[in-house]
Amino acid sequence: MPPETPLLALEGLTVDFDAGGRVARAVDGVDLAVGRGDAVGLVGESGSGKSVTWLAALGLLPSRARVAGRARLDGEDLVAAPRRRLEAIRGRRIAMIFQDPASSLNPVHRIGRQVEEAIRLHRGADDGAARAEAMRLLDQVGIADPRRRLDDYPHQLSGGMNQRVMIAIALAGRPDLLIADEPTTALDATIQAQILRLLGDLRRATGMAMVLISHDLGVVSENVDRVCVMYAGRVVEEAPADALFAQPRHPYTQGLLAALPSLTGPRQRLAAIPGTVPEPWNLPAGCSFAPRCPAAAAECLRTRTPGLALTPEHAVTCTRVLALRGSVWDRRQVAA
Amino acid sequence: MLSFIVSRAARAAITILLVVAFAFVVMRLSGDPALLILSVDAPPEAIEAFRKAWGLDRPIWEQFLTFATRALAGDFGRSMRDGRPALALVLERVPATLAITLPALALKLALGIPAGIFAALNRNSWADRAAMMASVAGFTMPSFVLALLLVLVFAVQLGWLPASGSDTPLHAVLPILTLGTAGAAIMARFTRSAMLEVLGQPYIRAASAKGLGWWLVVLRHALPNAAIPTVTIIGFMVGSLVAGAVIVESVFAWPGIGRLLVSSVANRDLAVVQSLLMVIAGWMVLANLAVDLAYGWLDPRVRTITSRAD
Amino acid sequence: MSDRPPALALLAADGLTRHYRVRRPGAMFGRRDLLRAVDGVSFAIRPGQTLGLVGESGCGKSTTAKLVLGLAPATAGTVSFDGAPLPAIGTAAWRDLRRRMQMVFQDPLGALDRRLAVGWQIMEPLLIHRLAGPRDARERARAVMASVGLQPHHFDRYPHELSGGQRQRVVLARALITEPRLLVCDEPISALDVSIQAQVVNLLLDLQEKLGVSYLFISHDLKVVRQVSHDVAVMYLGRVVEQGEADALFRDPVHPYTRALVAAIPSPALGGERRRERIVLSGDPPNPIAVPAGCAFHPRCPWAVADCKAATPALRPMPDGRLVACHRAEATPESRAA
Repeated sequence: MPPETPLLALEGLTVDFDAGGRVARAVDGVDLAVGRGDAVGLVGESGSGKSVTWLAALGLLPSRARVAGRARLDGEDLVAAPRRRLEAIRGRRIAMIFQDPASSLNPVHRIGRQVEEAIRLHRGADDGAARAEAMRLLDQVGIADPRRRLDDYPHQLSGGMNQRVMIAIALAGRPDLLIADEPTTALDATIQAQILRLLGDLRRATGMAMVLISHDLGVVSENVDRVCVMYAGRVVEEAPADALFAQPRHPYTQGLLAALPSLTGPRQRLAAIPGTVPEPWNLPAGCSFAPRCPAAAAECLRTRTPGLALTPEHAVTCTRVLALRGSVWDRRQVAA
Repeated sequence: MLSFIVSRAARAAITILLVVAFAFVVMRLSGDPALLILSVDAPPEAIEAFRKAWGLDRPIWEQFLTFATRALAGDFGRSMRDGRPALALVLERVPATLAITLPALALKLALGIPAGIFAALNRNSWADRAAMMASVAGFTMPSFVLALLLVLVFAVQLGWLPASGSDTPLHAVLPILTLGTAGAAIMARFTRSAMLEVLGQPYIRAASAKGLGWWLVVLRHALPNAAIPTVTIIGFMVGSLVAGAVIVESVFAWPGIGRLLVSSVANRDLAVVQSLLMVIAGWMVLANLAVDLAYGWLDPRVRTITSRAD
Repeated sequence: MSDRPPALALLAADGLTRHYRVRRPGAMFGRRDLLRAVDGVSFAIRPGQTLGLVGESGCGKSTTAKLVLGLAPATAGTVSFDGAPLPAIGTAAWRDLRRRMQMVFQDPLGALDRRLAVGWQIMEPLLIHRLAGPRDARERARAVMASVGLQPHHFDRYPHELSGGQRQRVVLARALITEPRLLVCDEPISALDVSIQAQVVNLLLDLQEKLGVSYLFISHDLKVVRQVSHDVAVMYLGRVVEQGEADALFRDPVHPYTRALVAAIPSPALGGERRRERIVLSGDPPNPIAVPAGCAFHPRCPWAVADCKAATPALRPMPDGRLVACHRAEATPESRAA
């Protein structure tokens, strides 16, 4: 394998849902690469396709979803892979944790059984070894008194503890890539901070790559190296985290940042993006953000925008970007 | 645990008392056993003597008090028709009923649960639609219609099975089929919806994401959770083991509890009806208790009440 | 706000307390524990102003909202609205108060009747309170819809035909049509997307400026709370631990819990904002049934000393006028990074 091959590469990934006669396009040609040990953030509002993209790559969508394009793991296409091959990859090469930890754990099985299940699955350990390893993993994710917690049921633990258990399960297969789908959205602020710190520590300790999916720009900015912004099923901007937040170039990214209130400094009126996200069965012909974009030109509405690399690391799908200076939203200095 | 059983037993006793008291009053207000058993043209002295002998001439509350004190001592009265102890009369009919309801229950579970699971796993496939259509047909059809249909096919047309009676084990086949198919249809529908509900839960997707094969996900993660709501309907079916075959027993002339109930109500054979209701209610209460215990066994959230409060 | 005479307040809560008896795990009979959902909370909201109430789940902020609205009886303490104590639940005076204190909840779809056109739902409170006839109510519904940014053609739409932001506008219109003086908003924008949140936040501020309505604004999102609030109260396990003017409180939080909350906000603006201190609290908030003795926060507090375990700190004024319930308010390390 040549060294420049990314760990995982999405190429033109497209997902259609058959929704009662009409076709809803949830993911619309996503290209994205995750290198070994990378931390990539995926930001977008609900319905932007940020979660569906990864569920599609792992074959976890219901059968009424039609997936096209490729998702190459070390060159091997997962979209075309048979089910048994995908099952061997899930958990072992690519693990995933979800938004609502309490309901992502089976309510009728003890914590220990659920962690051990993953350990036996990926390492073929016997019962005693699996239990010892489960205890080690719970300890690694910062659960105090792991021996006792093994016998607890999920409803006896707090949301933060359950998410730690989910992370322990994800670590059981020693994956190369962890996909964290809104891992802290259901948690309180102080618990969110704990979980994000834990994910960062584990990533540095194990060297695994991470995709952090979140609607929260703040969560993403502090925990990844590179950020992709998704809108209506497409990646509209991709850049190193610092560059993206210091100098967002896509009007949508600029709008998201301008819509956030700040905790210090003078209070000013928020720049709200007008209108709403287009319906997935009725995506615009041109740039999907054009109907809401204050800088849209006539051609934006007609033709789909190609990706434009501003620097080798900063790409944006906006034809107007070169003509624009600063933010298109009320000249508010977003980063300064 | 002990306090749980004690409180449930107390509630059960109250339930049974209420059922029996209600039946006691209704049966006495709705017809005179003396007239029914002795016939309307019997001489007035004979009727008077009959009433006195059975205590029917006294106020109803006094009758009930007598009945209740005797019942507590284990005496449930005697049949007005043949003078035999009422409870013994009832209990000797139980095996006959169980002989058809137990195999029918087995049929309901063995047919209904797999059909429901299969339909849920193949949702919206032709097999799912066919199974659900059969299920709708199965439980909308009244049991006497189904019984007659089966008699028409297997007894009249094919001549394989006897149409009624209880002389040989073959006689039990059609009653069992009648009870079993209708119940299996309900069971299939219930299992399917329980399964679909569970398959949509996040932990199913999380189990798949772990790398478990689909069948292990279904076996280890979906089925144990789907079993929890199914217990309610199974409990209901177990509860009706004793008295759930009234119509079928009547159609097939099967000498079980159901036929005894019909004939003793028609005759106002008071002690027998009361004993019947007591046995039936007692069994229902036991089945309910079993359901509650099964919940605790299947669902840890019931067993260990959460100590967190948010 | 503590230095203002309470007579100026539209709403004043004084020592508001709500305890629940909850079943002890495992015990079937009798044995019940005391859950102190709200434990001696006092605040005041002046006309046309906003009090933000922040804290994590289980801290009692939603229960406080119910007490303020008179939807649940207080175990102790009083609420007065416009100078008069809240009338008893279920009385005619209580029902009349409903139109002067309205509420907006997190889930707009759950708050709306999905079988009824939204226009009818907006005018319904007028008809219920007999404030207008049908023709007049329809006129006023159209007017209030316009003021929350809904188009006239939305009148005949059903909730599922609207977007999340539009639904929350409908809920706002329905709350505002009786011209309430206080709006209690419990996580009103948490279910909305970022770009829509900004629309609703701007709308709330515009409405306050135009109508002079007061808000009790409950949210876990500190940035949004600062954006809309004049004053802020931070709750932890049923008690207010810090209370004061919004800008000052968030710029320079004093209570260790407030400092941890502020530190826990991930922020995308890297260069602009002052480098914040990093405090990651260990552990979960304790069970409200077993509130730790002394200061409830002491097991998670990096600066706790023996005193904190022994005595519950009272809310006391700081030199800048804010209130803080911390024994060590003056002794904790300087929070400014500079």
